[in-house]
Amino acid sequence: MAKARVLIRPKEGILDPQGKAVERALPALGFEGIGHVRVGRMVELEAEDAERLGELCEKLLANPLIEDYEIQPL
Amino acid sequence: MIWGVLQFPGSCDERDALHACEVVGGEARLIWHEDRDLGGVDGVVVPGGFSFGDYLRAGAIARFSPAMEAVAEHAAAGGPVLGICNGFQVLCEAGLLPGALLRNEELRFICKQADLVALPQHPAVDGPETGHIGRFSAHRPEGADGGRTLSIPLKHGEGRYYAPDDLLDALEAKGQVAYRYAEGHNVNGSVRDIAGVRSERGNVVGLMPHPEHAVDPLTGSTDGRQVFEALERYA
Repeated sequence: MAKARVLIRPKEGILDPQGKAVERALPALGFEGIGHVRVGRMVELEAEDAERLGELCEKLLANPLIEDYEIQPL
Repeated sequence: MIWGVLQFPGSCDERDALHACEVVGGEARLIWHEDRDLGGVDGVVVPGGFSFGDYLRAGAIARFSPAMEAVAEHAAAGGPVLGICNGFQVLCEAGLLPGALLRNEELRFICKQADLVALPQHPAVDGPETGHIGRFSAHRPEGADGGRTLSIPLKHGEGRYYAPDDLLDALEAKGQVAYRYAEGHNVNGSVRDIAGVRSERGNVVGLMPHPEHAVDPLTGSTDGRQVFEALERYA
């Protein structure tokens, strides 16, 4: 079994209100100088056939219209 | 007309959808998501709710239900399909409608009455009295673009319609924008105020607001009936 991690994030240019909310909260906590916060999703899995992970991401884990994904073998 | 209303684990508006189908004079039955056969219904409603807990993305898991395969075949054969709220999200995820629904701009779940402008299928060609949703006998005619304003409740956390600009241009050119929020009523940040879209052929329609909750004078507006009536006329 191959272990992998899939990172899914909102596509560049799509408004990410979660990222914005996190960003706005930071100065109040004393964290200055942090910008462009984007909040995504991470999926860890074990696959018998790592070749098919791309297809899996396209069909289910990510919506290619609004999200980019990255497969990291572990 | 016989309607089938899908039911997924986590659906919550299927009873109101059944009722709405009956109010406009149809017969309606529930179709469990594991049924591969729609049982010969004339039209399908994919109702609102939180199918499969909205895990991953709203509608992402429901689209793989056996009943959705049957819905895709029904749609391909020209049969009418109405997706409401979560049902709209499911139809988008399934690729039966263009675009996607994102988290509301302000991150809050919104529940309120909103004004929608229902747009005819091909405003430039058909005018307001023909085409699918345009065949309304609305009591509140709207202006220039041939649309009609309907007062319909909405309730959602992920209702911000999104599609890239080139796709939006294409949708508008082909008359695929079925509903827009009236001015001042775009509560979730949807691009170009889009509240609902239709397929190229016009037989698949999805919208975030809930026409099935607006069919009885007891709850205020009865404008939602027109959405069901338009689909019934299409069938």
